[in-house]
Amino acid sequence: MNNFLQKYKIIGQAVFVMIMFGIIFSSILGFFYNKTNPIILKSENEAKQRLLLQVISKEIYNNDLINSYIEIEPNPLLNNITSTKGYIAKKNNEVVAVILETRAPDGYSGEIKILVGIDKNGNILGTRVVKHQETPGLGDYIDIDKSNWINIFNFTSLVNTSEQEWSVKKDQGKFDYMAGATITPRSVIKAIYKALIFFKSNQLKLGINV
Amino acid sequence: MFKESVIDGLWKQNPGTIQLLGLCPTLAVTTTVVNGVSLGLATMIVMVIANSTISPIRKIVPDKIRVPIFILVIAALVTVIDLSIHAYAEPLYKALGIFIPLIVTNCIVLARVESFASKNPILPSFYDGFFMGLGLCLVLAILGGMREFLGRGTLFSDLDLIFGQAFSNVSLNFFDQYEGFLLAVLPPGAFLGLAFLIALMNWIDQKN
Repeated sequence: MNNFLQKYKIIGQAVFVMIMFGIIFSSILGFFYNKTNPIILKSENEAKQRLLLQVISKEIYNNDLINSYIEIEPNPLLNNITSTKGYIAKKNNEVVAVILETRAPDGYSGEIKILVGIDKNGNILGTRVVKHQETPGLGDYIDIDKSNWINIFNFTSLVNTSEQEWSVKKDQGKFDYMAGATITPRSVIKAIYKALIFFKSNQLKLGINV
Repeated sequence: MFKESVIDGLWKQNPGTIQLLGLCPTLAVTTTVVNGVSLGLATMIVMVIANSTISPIRKIVPDKIRVPIFILVIAALVTVIDLSIHAYAEPLYKALGIFIPLIVTNCIVLARVESFASKNPILPSFYDGFFMGLGLCLVLAILGGMREFLGRGTLFSDLDLIFGQAFSNVSLNFFDQYEGFLLAVLPPGAFLGLAFLIALMNWIDQKN
C-alpha cells in the first residue's frame, strides 16, 4: 500500500510541476505575443504597400490603391484556391492599371506568390515575387532583394511576345534565366503568362472599357 | 571555471566542429558570412538565456520529466526571440526566415542545458552558454566566409539586410567577373567546407 501511494506521489508531483511550467511559460508567450503582434501586422501591411508601389509607379494613379480592390473568385489562371484581391489603380476615376495576385504552383519547392501590375492596354508595368521558398543562392534570384531578374517582364505583353516566346531561352523562349535553376523561372514565366490571359478575358470585370 | 568555459567552447569542445551538434543550421544557413553570423548570434542568445534560466530552477525540476521541461523552456524562449526579431528587426527576420524557429530543434541548445546547466550554478552556466554559442558562431562565420568567397567571390555581402541601407556597399568583391563556384553554395559545399575545417583543427591539435 505504501509503495502504491509513493508511486502516485511521484507521478502527481511530476504532473504538477509540468502544469506549473506550462502555465508560467504560456503566460510569458501570451504577453510577448500581445506586445509584438500589432507591430508585426503593421510591418506586414507596410511591406505589402511597398510592394504594390513597386509594381506600378505612384505617378500614374491617384486613388487609394490599398483599399480599392475587387475580390477574384478561385480561377485556374491565377491558381488561387480562395478568393484573392485584384487592386485597381485609377486616375481621375478612370482605371489605368490593375495589380493581380497570382500563384505559380510548380516552383522548385512549393508555391510562388507573384504580384503582376498590368496597364489598361495589357502591358506589364512591373512584377514582384511576394513569397517563395526557392533554394537560397540558386532559385531565389526571382526575389528583388537578390537580383533584378524579375524586371525582365516589364513592358512585355501578349501582343509583343508570342505564346512560344513566353518561356526561358533554353526552351526557345525570350526570357533570360540564371544557370543552375530553370524550374523556378519556368514556373514564374508560366504564371505571369496565365495572369495576362486572365486579364485579357476579364477586362470588363476589372473595370476596363474595351 | 571561466577559463575552462572559454577553452571548451571555442576549441576543445567546439559545438560546430568537435561535438558536431546543431549541424542543421551549420550546413543550411552558412551561404554567406552575414547569414552565418546572424544565426550564430541568435543561437548564442538562446543558449545564454536557456542556460541561465534552467540553472536556477534545476533543483525543483523532477529528474524524470526534466527533458520535456527543458524543451518547453527553450521553445518558449525561442518563440519570444522570434517574435521580438520579427517585430523590432524585420530585415533580419526576412534574412533568417525559417531558421530562427528551428533553433528549438537545434541539439546544441538542449545538449548544453542537459549536460551543463542542469548540474551547475548560474554563473558557470552563463559562461558555458556564452562561449559555446560564441564557438558555434565563429564556426558559422568561417564556414560562411569560405562558402561565400568560393561560391560568389565576395565577403560580407548583404550586410544591409541587417544594418540597413547605409551598409549596402561594405561588401568586398574579389573578382571583376566571377562566374561563381556553385558547389560551394549548395549543401555539398557545406559538408566539404566543414570537413576541411575539422581536418584543419585536428591537424593543429596533432602538431601541438
